[in-house]
Amino acid sequence: MSTANIASQSPAAQSAGSSEPIIEARKLEKFYTQPDGTRIQVISATDLAVYPGKIIALLGPSGCGKSTLLRMLTGLSPSSAGDVYWHGQPVRGESPNVSIVFQSFALFPWLTVLENVEAPLEARGMPTIERHKRALRIIDAVGLDGFESAYPKELSGGMKQRVGVARALVVEPEVLFMDEPFSALDVLTAETLRGELLELWLEHKIPTRAIFIVTHNIEEAVVLADRIIVLGRNPAHIHADFTVTIPYPRDRKTPEFIALVDDIYRVLTSPDDRNLLTTTVGGHPGKIAAHKPIMLPHTRPGGMAGLLEILVDLGGRIDLHRLADELSLEVDALLPTVDTAALLGLLRVEEGDAIITPEGQEFARADIQARKAIFRKTALANVPLLRQMEQSLKAKADRTLSDEFFRDLLDEHFSEDESRRQLETAIQWGRYAELFDYDAATGKLTLTEV
Amino acid sequence: MSLTAAAPPSTTPIPPTQRRPAGSRWSFSFLIDIIIFLFIFAAIYGVYAIGRSWLGPVQAQAEISQDPRILPLYAFYSLVRMGVAYVLSLLFALAYGYIAANSRRAEILMVPLLDILQSIPVLSFLPGVMLAMVAIFPHSQIGVELGSILLIFTGQVWNIAFSFYSSLKTQPRELKEAAKIYRFSGWQRFVELDLPFSTIGLVWNSMMSVAGGWFFLMACEMFVLGSRDFRLPGLGSFLQTAASRGDTRAILWGLAAMIGVIVLLDQLIWRPVIVWADKFKFEQVESASQTQSTLLSLIGRASIVIRLYRLLFSPLINWITLSLAVGARRAAATFAAPKQKKPRTLLGYFIAVLALAGLAVALYHAALELAQLHPEDYGYLLRSAAYTFLRVNAALLLGALWTIPVGVYIGSHPRFSRIAQPLAQMAASIPATALFPVILLFLIRLRGGIEIAAMLLMLLGTQWYILFNVIAGAMAIPTDLKEVSHIFGFGSWDRWRYLILPGIFPYLVTGMVTASGGAWNASIVAEYFHFQGRIVSAPGLGSTIASASDSGRFDILLASTLIMATVVVLINRLLWRRLYRLASTRFKLEA
Repeated sequence: MSTANIASQSPAAQSAGSSEPIIEARKLEKFYTQPDGTRIQVISATDLAVYPGKIIALLGPSGCGKSTLLRMLTGLSPSSAGDVYWHGQPVRGESPNVSIVFQSFALFPWLTVLENVEAPLEARGMPTIERHKRALRIIDAVGLDGFESAYPKELSGGMKQRVGVARALVVEPEVLFMDEPFSALDVLTAETLRGELLELWLEHKIPTRAIFIVTHNIEEAVVLADRIIVLGRNPAHIHADFTVTIPYPRDRKTPEFIALVDDIYRVLTSPDDRNLLTTTVGGHPGKIAAHKPIMLPHTRPGGMAGLLEILVDLGGRIDLHRLADELSLEVDALLPTVDTAALLGLLRVEEGDAIITPEGQEFARADIQARKAIFRKTALANVPLLRQMEQSLKAKADRTLSDEFFRDLLDEHFSEDESRRQLETAIQWGRYAELFDYDAATGKLTLTEV
Repeated sequence: MSLTAAAPPSTTPIPPTQRRPAGSRWSFSFLIDIIIFLFIFAAIYGVYAIGRSWLGPVQAQAEISQDPRILPLYAFYSLVRMGVAYVLSLLFALAYGYIAANSRRAEILMVPLLDILQSIPVLSFLPGVMLAMVAIFPHSQIGVELGSILLIFTGQVWNIAFSFYSSLKTQPRELKEAAKIYRFSGWQRFVELDLPFSTIGLVWNSMMSVAGGWFFLMACEMFVLGSRDFRLPGLGSFLQTAASRGDTRAILWGLAAMIGVIVLLDQLIWRPVIVWADKFKFEQVESASQTQSTLLSLIGRASIVIRLYRLLFSPLINWITLSLAVGARRAAATFAAPKQKKPRTLLGYFIAVLALAGLAVALYHAALELAQLHPEDYGYLLRSAAYTFLRVNAALLLGALWTIPVGVYIGSHPRFSRIAQPLAQMAASIPATALFPVILLFLIRLRGGIEIAAMLLMLLGTQWYILFNVIAGAMAIPTDLKEVSHIFGFGSWDRWRYLILPGIFPYLVTGMVTASGGAWNASIVAEYFHFQGRIVSAPGLGSTIASASDSGRFDILLASTLIMATVVVLINRLLWRRLYRLASTRFKLEA
């Protein structure tokens, strides 16, 4: 596992010391095998252990495989290789005593709050009276008293997620999994719910022994977690592992807090990690296609211009964390745009700072037509896929090719969904650069005659 | 049920109609209790009467009375038939949809099969169903009754099954995962996720199916099969007898009775059911407009219904859920070694082989049957198919021509639509076949009258699908687009070309698909009719099927059914499905 040289970082497995893990993943992998035998790695072999008494946060950009990893740990989704151990015993299927709080709440809209919370107990065959008692107790604990007979659609988002938490806690899970639980809520509500969750946890109001939370919000991870695992992508792998020792309640204004957030930002934006050709850790490097193409960040060129203009205004260099703060953007929204600009050579990322390049300066000051010309030049120079597309189109007498052709090329390297997204992005960029035209109805790409 | 529960404090205000002072209106709710008790007594007597008539000896030649005073009884018989057929359809559809959605292997076969079965007209099932039922129950009326019920069933079941299947396939992933991680048993998943999630689709498709049942009721209650004449007392046979005798008074009485029953059903069953189904809408926020039913609030208030629900139904489901709970067991099994292959696969292969063998035998015999037909016969059948093709598409075109402007007008004038839409719904609920004899009375004297009548019946039976979809489409056109066309001063031609037609296109296609299938099916009753003591028929595939069934020519019946199913499936694949795809990509209005 690649680890950056950061002071506060230490292998969590050692720090946990004496106690045994509740859930442990050993060499857990996810990949798809193509008909021709090549393998598309989604998650490379990963070791991960959930220890009692800890809140673990799994942090990473969207689409990096966080949710897939969570689903493999809980047994919702089968792994391609490797095993999950529950108190040392291998598990097939769903883990024995876990719960999940979902991003979309996943409440049954036709059941009342009480019925929703009772449903998991019903599934365990618990008699009616005991079921009521237990459900009411947990409903009270999460602050939903008085809403028992309400239907979910009558509730606000925060109240809905309280029901989601109550439903998860009512079975007294040993490990509580949370899949971006607060990202569908507004900032204030999310903050309230985080506080309430911490209160339940720290004051031992719930018998849950560990919490595993998937998030793309760095501050959320630092507010909640004892340990933060940063996931790198393509394929997903553990990129860094932080142990957080700041005492609760954590104040966002303290220097330690800010320093840790900055550290994590630096790791997340460190360019040597992303688009690495040999990111396999203990995997099967031989079987992975040798020349994996650069993975395009899913952005539209328009946003990049805005970012560069702001950079120029701010003097050409800014801390990414501060930039995100100023734009009130989450890392998830900002990073792809930064990646795009970096890929095209319009800016550089150093130590968590974005620094504009001369080309970037030129781009920011240019008018629309000149911007397109710069984009065209840098895209052809830096994005092999676009170059390949242009050459293929030139090679044809009628200057026209079907999008299927390029999708087949991409399918060799990416999963089906990912190759569709890659092609969509490439077409967006190519259209902006006026390299080719695209007719969505027929799926035909035609070279733009200059 | 939930309506009477004390309104919980909520973030969205609940309409004042739902807040009721508890404990008031004591005497009123007592009165409703009594009425409901009376209904239960009546129902018990009805079961007794039905049993007596069904278990009686076969009366294939039963005389159908033309006395209007018998109509309530006949209406009751027809209702029971429709009710039983509907319940059977629902159960079958649930099973079919469930299996198709949960078994990848079965899905491959079962979904296209639905497509084909849906395109086979009711009468094509008639000989097989009828002969089988009479053979099973040779000595009692129940055979003929069951045959008729199964006929109605074949007209109702397919779209319900498809609706359930597609609901199951579109369940949100996280809901499914929640059911899995909390270890719902198959049963709990079914009653708490599958069924509720599909309820709205099931309700709308049930309404369409039952409407279709009324449409084909006349054909299902009275028919000739070779030398045998089957008649079952009911509204449909009453109307058909009246028509074939040319008894105008009886026709009008029958029509009135049918309309009365349909309006009652609409008010007593469908409207409350639609309001109730609103609870199953899969939405995160409460919608502003809510449907209302006075009856539901009455029934909801009637304490007996709630008491019955709380005392019987709810504990029963609870008991089943608890006894089928597998949570603990499955948790224990989680540690087991990799699952062993079950011997079920062997049994599965055996059943598959058996089914294939049966299929081969059936195909062989069918092929023999078809080979005995002369080439001239096939020429005749293909000509008939061409006639019906022209007639169906002419009816569709006519339907589209008047429904598009009217529908767009209704849809874009909300004030007008409040009056027009209930009227149109009322008109649509009258089965066109019941009106048909009245229409024939006028048209039969004209030259080519039967041609016009056949087309008119197809039109009457299917135009509503187009109309309601166009209304919905026109209502869905975003206001800002309308404003844009206004600002730029679009002429009416440009407005239609750039705004209205593209806007309603997806809805129009949906309506036309349903209408096209419906019109092909309707051809069997539109092209062939017993009227005033003789047979009135227009050349076409529908009349060929109907007369082949009448005269017991199974070979012709088989061949013509095959041709019709092929034509309908081909049209769906080659035309409608493509338009559908276009509608869902290029003409989709994205939010």
